[in-house]
Amino acid sequence: MRYLFRTQYRQDIALWRHNGDRFWYAVLAVLVLIAPSVLGEFYIGELGAVYIFAIAGVGLMLLVGYTGLISLGHAAFLGIGAYVNAVLLAQGVPFLITLPVAGLFTALCGAAIGRPTLRMSGLYLAIATLAFGSIVGTVFQKWTAVTGGFDGFAVPTPYIFGIAVEGATGIYYVSLVVLAFVLWVSANLLRSPIGRAMVAIRDSEVSAQSMGIHLARYKTLVFAVSAGMTGLAGALFAHYVRFLAPDAFDVLLSVQFVTIVFVGGLGSLRGAILGAMFVRLLPQFIAIVRDDLPFGIGRLPGLEPSLFGLVLVFVILFQPGGLNGMWLKAKQWFQAFPFKRQTSFRRQKSYAKSERLR
Amino acid sequence: MTVDDAARILQLVVNGAASGCIYGLIALGFVLIYKATEMVNFAQGDVMMLGGFVAYTLISTYHLPYWLGAILAIVITGAFGYALDALILRRVIGQPQFAVVMLTLGLGFIFRAAAGITWGYDSVGFNTPFTNKTANVGGLVLGQDNLSIIVGTVILCGVLYLFFSKTRVGVAMQAASQNQLAAYYMGIPVRTIFSLIWAISAGTACLAGILLSPVSMIDVNMGFLGIKAFAAAVIGGFGSIPGSLVGGVIVGIVEQFAGYKLPAGFQEVTSNVVLLLMLFIRPQGLFAERMGKRV
Repeated sequence: MRYLFRTQYRQDIALWRHNGDRFWYAVLAVLVLIAPSVLGEFYIGELGAVYIFAIAGVGLMLLVGYTGLISLGHAAFLGIGAYVNAVLLAQGVPFLITLPVAGLFTALCGAAIGRPTLRMSGLYLAIATLAFGSIVGTVFQKWTAVTGGFDGFAVPTPYIFGIAVEGATGIYYVSLVVLAFVLWVSANLLRSPIGRAMVAIRDSEVSAQSMGIHLARYKTLVFAVSAGMTGLAGALFAHYVRFLAPDAFDVLLSVQFVTIVFVGGLGSLRGAILGAMFVRLLPQFIAIVRDDLPFGIGRLPGLEPSLFGLVLVFVILFQPGGLNGMWLKAKQWFQAFPFKRQTSFRRQKSYAKSERLR
Repeated sequence: MTVDDAARILQLVVNGAASGCIYGLIALGFVLIYKATEMVNFAQGDVMMLGGFVAYTLISTYHLPYWLGAILAIVITGAFGYALDALILRRVIGQPQFAVVMLTLGLGFIFRAAAGITWGYDSVGFNTPFTNKTANVGGLVLGQDNLSIIVGTVILCGVLYLFFSKTRVGVAMQAASQNQLAAYYMGIPVRTIFSLIWAISAGTACLAGILLSPVSMIDVNMGFLGIKAFAAAVIGGFGSIPGSLVGGVIVGIVEQFAGYKLPAGFQEVTSNVVLLLMLFIRPQGLFAERMGKRV
């Protein structure tokens, strides 16, 4: 078992805790870089989709896992990013400009929605984003002059320095770069004063406020960053699906994003990636076992949403740490073997916390 | 403005008020639970759907009389609400608010799938004493189905008002909502009280489903009405029982006029637009309570 001996504050906020971290992340980086030459086209496409969902998942993790706010409208931000990117590309703007513009524009939309609602309790954000998602979905359908409505919108092939980003491999590498960028931004954000303010807001708004944290400003900032990252994911998503349909960005997709965060494990960036893998792989798994399930369960129309609901309920009730929590428990078990103690991960007895101002 | 126009407008107002009462009843369920436990039940619309299906089973399949079936359905759905809190929601006390949001959303998906397995995915309906009948009120022809919704809502509000102000349990509920700790010290079984509040809320949702059934069919996706009810609750200030009903009526009437004036497809989102506008202009709602916090 490794004991870290810290002598400086710099060590507390370092990105890598120790050389073991550096080694294993370097191994991981090599593996994901050589993956396209090893795996088949289908698996690379799926892995690219996992990365895209992980980008949105990291954005939402900042909001839900670290700031304690919930959004049920992130599918709308994904859609805004996708349409902005696709429409600008169709106008002949180069991809290296449309991608950041899609992110920035989505972040502005997020700030516009967040600013008024974040003055109230976090609950209002959930409701407002739910309404916002439904409005944006209708706009995508009705604003046919720009989005093409239900006829769909064919996304042009992007070029980076004259090289066409085509096929599963091209999308894979672009998504990988964006995911690495998003993770780098988030990790740095979290060890900055902003990150500490976010965690303080999550743990207690009142005490955060009395420590001098401007609640509305930080919440709006985080919401904008979260929306912007989802917008980036949306721009890549447009290239992944290649053909945008307005009904792809519905509440179910938003719920899938939140499932990423909860299943992955609240309050860990690693969890966002694990959750994205789970959420992308579950439908594939259903597709494989669909015909083998008893009683015709596999052919029920609402199978996928209800499974997501079931997973959410079970995770919240029985495994609040999510996949990341399971990983930590397993690691602890091996490190401390054979001295694992029952109480190591026991949940604290908790009482009703009031967010009510009275 | 001709007489026809006036009649048309009055017709829209009555229709709007009727659908608004449904939103108000669902919002009432949110507000009751929110005031007591600070949880928001995102599955309230789906509980209404379950209540509607239970009533359909009792009245249409088992051929019970309408009134007996309706009351039985409300009792069954209420018991379901009690069990929901006692078995599931009580376990997440102390977890952050958004965990409850996601938990109830997940439960909503499960209810929808369960209803689909049990009752199928087709729309169903049952005969009520109000279906396809009209009443002549002062020369104005109105559907009895719409009137029954309004009258039913008013009666329910009266019953709830009397219950909360006159009975021991009702007063205990008010006490538990205002201050849990003090209520414990006074010997009120707060957890049971909270479960009872969930039961009332589920019963209200079931009543909404029953009242709605002559106007629109019962189907698995009717829970999405819950989203419109959020607009009602937010307009009312999310903590005020009369506010949620007023909010519901406002949303219903605005929606009717939007359906009349605007092109097709926009009626569906009017409630959401109203909700966002309300949050921009007056986020604390029309019937805000004065709030301050003891730290």
